[in-house]
Parts: sequence; structure tokens; C-alpha cells
Amino acid sequence: MNHLPILSITLFIPILGAILIMCLSANRQKAIKYIAAAATFVSLILSLLVFLNYDRAVGGMQFIEHIPWIADLGVSYALGVDGISIPLLLLTNLIGFSAVYASWNIKERVKEFFVLLLILITGVMGTFVTTDLFIFFLFYEVVVIPIYLLVIMFGSSKRVTKEYAGMKLTIYLLIGSAFLLVGLIALFVKSKALLGFPSMDIMTLAKINYPLAFQIFAYALMAVGFGTLLSMFPFHAWSPDGYAGAPTAVSMIHAGVLKKIGGYGLIRIGLFILPAGAKYIAPLIAVLAIFNVVYAAFICLSQKDLKYIVGYSSVSHMGYVLIGIAALNVISLNGAVMMMFAHGVMAALFFAMIGNLYEKSHTRNVSDFGGLAHQMPRLATGFMLAGLASLGLPGTVNFIGEFTIFVGAFSVYRVISIIAITGIILTAVYILRTLGDVLFGPRREEWDHLEDLQGPEMVPLIVLGTAILIGGILPFTVMDLINSGVGQIIAHIGTIQIGGIF
Amino acid sequence: MQNVLSLSWVIPFLPFLAFALIGLFLHRWPKISAALSILSIGVGLILSILISMIVFAGEAGFTYEVAVRWLNMPGLSVDMGLLIDPLTAVMLLVVTIVALLVQVYSLGYMHDDPGFASYYAYQSIFAGSMLGLVVANNFGQIFVFWELVGLSSYLLIGFWFGRNSAKDAAKKAFITNRIGDFGFLLGILFLQIIFGTLNYSELAGAVAGYGNTAILITVSLLLFAGPVGKSAQFPLHVWLPDAMEGPTPVSALIHAATMVAAGVYLIARAFFIFNASPETMLVIAIIGGFTALFAASIALVQNDIKRILAYSTLSQLGYMVMAMGVGAMAAGMFHLMTHAFFKSLLFLAAGSVIHALANEQDIWKMGNLHKKMPITTWTFVIGALALSGIPPLSGFWSKDEILLSALASGHTALYILGSLVAFMTAFYMFRLIFVAFFGDNKGGEQAHESPAVMTVPLIILAVLAVVAGLVGSPLMNNAFDHYITYPGAFHPAPNHSIMIISSLLAIAGIFLAWAIYQKKWVDFERIKIKMGGLYQLLYHKYYIDEIYAWLIKHFVDGTARLMEWFDLKVINGAVNGIAWLTGHLGITLRYTEDGQVQSYALYMYAGIIILLIAALCAVFTVLA
Repeated sequence: MNHLPILSITLFIPILGAILIMCLSANRQKAIKYIAAAATFVSLILSLLVFLNYDRAVGGMQFIEHIPWIADLGVSYALGVDGISIPLLLLTNLIGFSAVYASWNIKERVKEFFVLLLILITGVMGTFVTTDLFIFFLFYEVVVIPIYLLVIMFGSSKRVTKEYAGMKLTIYLLIGSAFLLVGLIALFVKSKALLGFPSMDIMTLAKINYPLAFQIFAYALMAVGFGTLLSMFPFHAWSPDGYAGAPTAVSMIHAGVLKKIGGYGLIRIGLFILPAGAKYIAPLIAVLAIFNVVYAAFICLSQKDLKYIVGYSSVSHMGYVLIGIAALNVISLNGAVMMMFAHGVMAALFFAMIGNLYEKSHTRNVSDFGGLAHQMPRLATGFMLAGLASLGLPGTVNFIGEFTIFVGAFSVYRVISIIAITGIILTAVYILRTLGDVLFGPRREEWDHLEDLQGPEMVPLIVLGTAILIGGILPFTVMDLINSGVGQIIAHIGTIQIGGIF
Repeated sequence: MQNVLSLSWVIPFLPFLAFALIGLFLHRWPKISAALSILSIGVGLILSILISMIVFAGEAGFTYEVAVRWLNMPGLSVDMGLLIDPLTAVMLLVVTIVALLVQVYSLGYMHDDPGFASYYAYQSIFAGSMLGLVVANNFGQIFVFWELVGLSSYLLIGFWFGRNSAKDAAKKAFITNRIGDFGFLLGILFLQIIFGTLNYSELAGAVAGYGNTAILITVSLLLFAGPVGKSAQFPLHVWLPDAMEGPTPVSALIHAATMVAAGVYLIARAFFIFNASPETMLVIAIIGGFTALFAASIALVQNDIKRILAYSTLSQLGYMVMAMGVGAMAAGMFHLMTHAFFKSLLFLAAGSVIHALANEQDIWKMGNLHKKMPITTWTFVIGALALSGIPPLSGFWSKDEILLSALASGHTALYILGSLVAFMTAFYMFRLIFVAFFGDNKGGEQAHESPAVMTVPLIILAVLAVVAGLVGSPLMNNAFDHYITYPGAFHPAPNHSIMIISSLLAIAGIFLAWAIYQKKWVDFERIKIKMGGLYQLLYHKYYIDEIYAWLIKHFVDGTARLMEWFDLKVINGAVNGIAWLTGHLGITLRYTEDGQVQSYALYMYAGIIILLIAALCAVFTVLA
């Protein structure tokens, strides 16, 4: 089919960029930024090619690469993508490329920043393109280090210090991964006993019929591990503080894609391998998801710092994803994957705009601003686009995700869905309050010196804005792809009756 | 000719294209932007006229439907489609005519505004969304465009975003509509899950054979929440008067003639669902009737020319909704059409006044305008006569149809209420006219007649306000009803006593206003003082805004603060507590590593004992 190892190239181009940057002298700032931009651009183009060339009629894993690695553990360097992973791969690169431009004005320790950023991008991408559980876990751990360093070196201290934020983010990631590790080891031991040979291949593991008690046990571990990553209530406390402390690019990547590893893992690993466990625990996840949606949306109403608003808002939106995952049908899971993509581009755009504004004004307090649309019409456009996407306006990709989740979830959980759908009102309230207070109202003289977005600063708006609108206006471009992936997972696990835990 | 039908997708598409082009490239050239916007809606008007010719040449049941898949997966598919039937054709005509006239008028009204190009971009996105809503063939599509007209409304209300009042009004409009849309969305979800489709014609068949009354009532009431928000019915009416913060042509187009009528249109479009549950129909009729009376009573005492018209719009929308509720779908749509013409006329004429008086909107600061602004004055008077229901102007025929249907369907109370509202309408409109256009205040001295680009649309609309009612009048054999109909619709015979009573009531209203405000036979200041409590209640709009503000402050923001406290103190407190505990355990336990062999031996000894006890326990449990 395709002899060029396109996934490996996509995956390692940023690492190559990082190596090149390491060879440069630290004061060649322009060159460093160009290399970072070029590396992420190549990855973006390649992932677009994967998106376009994936054969939707055939479905399944494509662009497969397979190199046996540790035979005793059944580990191999195995790559492959399907309808669920391609949108997330594309999302990673859309955000990665935009994040480089959102960091264009960084002046201090430029070299370290971009090296770490590129490693981070590769790490996130790796989790989406691999079909081997061990490799998945390996890449997941790779992202922890650059995240921690980027936050404590380049972050900002507001309600909490950047050291606190970085530590909190890292410890939560590690606690999540500790649960995962136990789950993965349990899975490895159990599958080896059942299969008679060791395997870390997700497809092979999924073919086994595990006992119910084991499935519940292992899925519960993953629900905590991946749930923490997806900021599932009550394991969400890292998210607002973490985003607030992190530099713009890290907030973009973290809220945009890293978080989505949680949702991706719950579907690809949790549900696919342990369907009976997923079905047993699903109602609990659905209940927690209401807290995500409603509780976090209410908190947004009382926040004063722009980053906290978007931080809590992302917790709230992840509630929709969780409900989609908990409803366990084709429609709801399609919606959940779409929502992850949609929230990713939206949150990244929001953080890019906030970062730009903060860089110029040195404040993020809503009450310090007002009438910015007078001075910065382009920035205002970016804020409006992100805000309208956030409140799920039709025409943005977020509407597609939300609507699909609602249809899928409503047929399974009636009351829970109705409570969760009130989120569309609460989101409109806090988003429009914030946008109104920051962008509209009388012109304020003290911000007359602020310059509007220009040159490289426009890239995040154009790239992410285009993704939001194309996905919203022509949803079938993405949804058909997602549906081919989700359809195969559902076909694999069969129709399942949800419930058991309550 | 049939080819024209397959081209009808162009009607909503062109304005969207204009929006995109202006937004991306053309905003530096305001004149080109305006021309493009007007051109796109002009083409839409021509196509709409051609389509209407085809539709009204055919039978009453004429339908043309095409669709493309937009969102597709097992168990859910949403189309983007075109449904052309007489109902669509009427709405297409109304929307394109009013939108075109308003956009032309705006050339004069907005000519020196710095945001001229964006204004036309927003007008275009509104036109595109509204037309997309009109041609929709399923609930998914209508919801998409329904929310997009909400967005356009938000953008246009907040057009002068430098004013705090505009900013707040825009936000209020969007959020209030969202509350309605929440119900609407739930209704749509129910439809999808129960019937497995969102397509109107498929649903019509499915609903007809559906027996679960409780579900039908729930679904239809939820769907009705959408029109309650969009058509500003009580209790979600609060946003519409505030929406007057937008430029006046916007108020004419969006907040009087077209967008707010979308709710009524939805009820007509999905009439098969509402009509299937009499309980819902009763709720619709009562909400509509109540809103009509409630808003008319507020309009009696307002002083801002646009607010009077806004409350009048609320009241008339209530009339239309009431018509739907009593089963008179055609009468409601007929009134929607005539109202669109005379209300946009009234708003544009009011805009002409406001434009001439440097943004003065208080009717008491105007006066004697008829000398300086004859065209504006007389077109306004024609609009007011049509609104008051003076025969043979358009409003008379449509209002008569509604009153007739209310009485004939056995809703006598609603008939009486409707007649009372007709009297109040005539009174408040002519109070406005006698004070602002004929009063002796000096406010109108510096006024001048508006340029032709503004007065010509006024004249065209005035002609429509006079003649548009004929198509549905008994004089033309109720031609309108013949086309706009539903299975089982009945049309009562014309009733001359209803016509005479309603005309007399309207004339009485005008006479009373003339007596009080022109002739001053009664001192209105004394009435104001005598009926102080009632006056204050009406003047403050029954304090509903204040009540909502109080509820939001205490319940919504209160909950928000409570949740924030919980998150900071309980959740984060627990997290930080665990961190503290871990840290301090480390500090405490490290003193156990003291380098003394005796203490290590002691720990080891304790460990062995614990293990032994545990092992013994296990053995005994197994044995037992």
C-alpha cells in the first residue's frame, strides 16, 4: 500500500528538529524558531496526507509499521492509525504548529523552550499512532518531563506559583500513570496466562475474553488513570491551576491534545480490550460527568482570570466527552471523538489569544480589560471565534460534537443527559459575559498602545480557526472518518447492555 | 421553469458568500461591501418571486424537496435540504423583500458609520441564516440556522459595541434565546430517539400514527420553548425591548419583521406535531394571548419611540402565536406577513425620525414633525393605521382572521382579549403619533426629511402595508388560506359583526388618544398621578427584569460562588492536605532511621510478630 513509513516520519520530524536546534548556538533565535516551525509544518502536512489518503471504505488500521522489539515481553514498535486516531493525530499537529507561532515572541532561553516543545509534540503524537500498549505507555511518560520543565521555567505565577502549578500537573500525570501501569501489568499477566504467549499488541489483547471480575478491576484502574488525565471530577484539580501556570504553548498542547489521551485511552484501550468492564463502570462515569459539566461551568461564572475561565471550561467540556464515552453506542462515541477534536482546536485558539493578550498587557484579569475590540479587532475576532465554538454554536465543529453526543447519550441516560445539556446555557452565560467584558464596552485609553495581531501572531488564528469552521460547516469530512473507526470498535465488542455498578 | 426550483439553494447561499467575502477581503471598501450585500439579497428576491410564481400557479399541496447528507452515521443522519411549498414561498418573499428594502434604507441611515462594511457583513449573515431556516426540510437544519440567526442578532444588537447598554443587550438576547433553545434541542432529541428521523414529512407520517399522548405533549411543549425564546413570548420576552439598542434598521428587519417571526414560522412548519396534542395547543394559545395583552399594556406608558414599537411587536407576536394555538395556522401566518410589512415600515419611519433628530428617541422631545418630515409622517401614519386594524388596510384583514378563528373555535375569552388588545394597540400607536408628529413640543424644529434612499423604501412598504392584506381577505376569497393550510384545517365564514366591532374598537382607541394627547380634554398628568401604582407597574414593565436580575444574582452567581468555594477549599484542600501529610510523614519518619542497630532490631521484631499474627488469622479463617 504505502511503503514509505509515513507515520514514523511524522512522528520523528519534530525530534529531528529538536536535535538540529540543539546543535545551534543559543543566540541564533530566528533560526531556532524557523526550524521549529518547519519541523511542525512538515508533520502537519504529513498528517494531513494521512487524513486525506486513509481509505475510509476499507477502514481498520492503515499505514501499518511493525518491527518486533522485545520478544520476551511481546513488545514491538508497531504503528498504525484508524478513524479514531487520525483526527487526534491531525489535531496534535494543528496545535503543535500553531503553538510554535504562539511562542514566536519568546526571548529568554529560546533554545531550551523549542527543544522541549518539539519533544512534547512527538510524545503526544506517539500515543495516538502506536498500536502497542508498551509503546503507548512509553510515549505517555515522555510527555511528563518536558511539561514539568516548560511550566517551571517559562510559566507565570498568579493565584498559584508556577512551581506549584508545574508540580501539581506532574504529580497528577504520574498518579494517573501509576494507576495505568498497574492496569497494564495486570493486563499483561492475565493475557499471557490466557494466550500462552506474551503480547502488548492492542489488537491481540482485544481478542481475548477476560473474566468479568478482571475486566471490572482493570477498567476501574484505567478509568482512574485516564479519567485523571481527562480531568474527570473529582480528579480535575490539576487542570485550572496547571493551565494558568503554564506558558501559552503548553496550555495549548495540554488542553488541546494531551488531555485527549485520556479519552482516547478509555476508548482504544479501555473499551476495546475490556468491554464488559467498561459497561459495568459506565453509569458511574456518566454521573461524574454531570459534575464535570455543571459544577465546572458554575465555577467558570465566578472566575476572574481568563486562563482560569478557559481552564474550568475545559473541565466542563470534558464532561460531554465522558458522557459520550459512558453511553457506549456508535453515535455517542462518534460524538465523543468529534468533541475531543473540537475542544482541542477551540481551547488551543482560546489559549493562544489569551497568551498573546497577556504578553502585551501583562494581565489576565477580566476586569482590567474592556472595549479591546476597538484597539485589537483581529484579536477580538479570534476570541469571538473561540468563544462561539466553546458555546457550541452551529457552524463550528463543536456543535457537531455536542449534538452527536447528546443524541447518543439521550437514548441511554435520559435524566443525566438533560442535566448535562443545561451546560449549553451555562456555557453561553460565562462565555458571553467574559467576551463582553473583555472585548466590548467603551474604549479604554490605557490599552491604546496595544498592537493588534500581525504577522506570525496570525497563524494560530488562521490555522485553528479554519479547522473550527471547516469541521463545523462540512462535518462529514471528519465525521465519516471517525465513524469508520468507532464502527469497528462497536462491531468488535458487540451490542452491550450498560449497567451493573449501581 | 422547474429549473428555478433546483436553484433555490442559491437564495441562502449568496448572502453567506457575501458575508465571507466582506469579512475576509472586502471590509476595507465599505461601498463595495454594501453593494455586494444588496446584490446578493436582490438576486434572492428575484428567485423568490420566480419560485412563488411556480408554487402559486400549482396546486395547494405543491411541494419540492431535495436534500444532501450533512451528518451521517448509523442511527443518526442530518440533511441540509430544501423544502419549497407555499408556506416557504410566502416566507421567502417576506424575508427577501423586507431585507432588501432595509439594506437599501441602511445606505442612508448608516452612511457615516465607521463600521459600515461590518454592518453589511452582519446583515448578510443574518439574511443567509434566516433564508436557510426558511427553506429547511428537517429539524436538524432548522436548529443550525435558528442558532445562526441568534448569532446575527447578537452581532447586530451589539453593533455599537462601545456602548455598555448595547453590549449587555446583545448578551441578554443570546442567553435568553439559549434558554428557549435548550428546550427546543431537547424536543429535537426526543424526536430523533422516538421516531428515528428529523425530516418534517417523515415525522408527519410517524406522528400521525403515534399513540403515546404523554410523550407527544412533552415533545411538543419542549419544541414550543424554541418559539417562546425566538418570538419573545412571556416569560422569555425580556430580551426584545433591550434589543432596540441595535441600529434602527436592524430593529426593523430582525427584531420586528423577520427573525422574531421565525418562532411563529416554526410552529406553522411543524404544525402536525403541535396540532396532535390539544393540551399543547391550549398552552400555546394562552401564552400567546397573555403576551399580547401583557405587552400592549406596557406599551401604553412607554416614552421611547423604539420601545413602544418593540412592545407592540411583542404584542403582535403574541397575536400570531395565539392564532396558532387556536388552530388558525393560516391566520397566524397571514398576520406574520402583513405585520412584517407594516412593522418594518413603522420602525424604518421611526429610524428616519431618530436620524433627523440626532438620535433622540423620547417622544416627548419630538413634536410637529409632520411639517418638516411629511413623507416620514404619513408613511408612519399608514403603518399605524394598518397596525391598528383600520379597514381596508392589511392589518385589518389579518387581525380579523385571527379574531374570527378564535371565536369560531370556541375560545371566546381569547376573542375578547384579542379585541381588547386591538383597542389598546390603536390607543398607544396614536398616542405616539399625536405626541411625536403632531404635538406642540419644540423638539422637531431642526428636523429635515430624510434622503430618497430612505424615503423610497418607506413608500414601498407603505403601499404593501395598504394592499398586502387583500390576498387573504374575503374579497379575494381567502386565497391565502387556500395555499397555507394543513390537513383538517377549517375556515369559518366571514363574520361581519366581528369586523365592525374590531373596527369600532380601533377607532375608539384612536379617538381616545386624540382626545387626551391632541385636544388635551383630559389631563394625562392627573391620570398618571391618580393611578400611580398601576402606572409605575406598567412603566417598569411589571418589574420582570428586576426579578430576573435578582434571581440571577442570588441563585446563579450564588451557586457559582458556592461551587468555587467547594473547589478551592474542599477539593484543592484535600489535594494539598494529602501533599502536606505526605511531606510531614516523610519528615517524621526519617527520624526512625537513626543508625541505632537496637532500634532496627526492634522494628524487625515488631514486623515478625505482625506477620505471625496475620498468618495465624489467615489459617484460622481458612479452617473455620
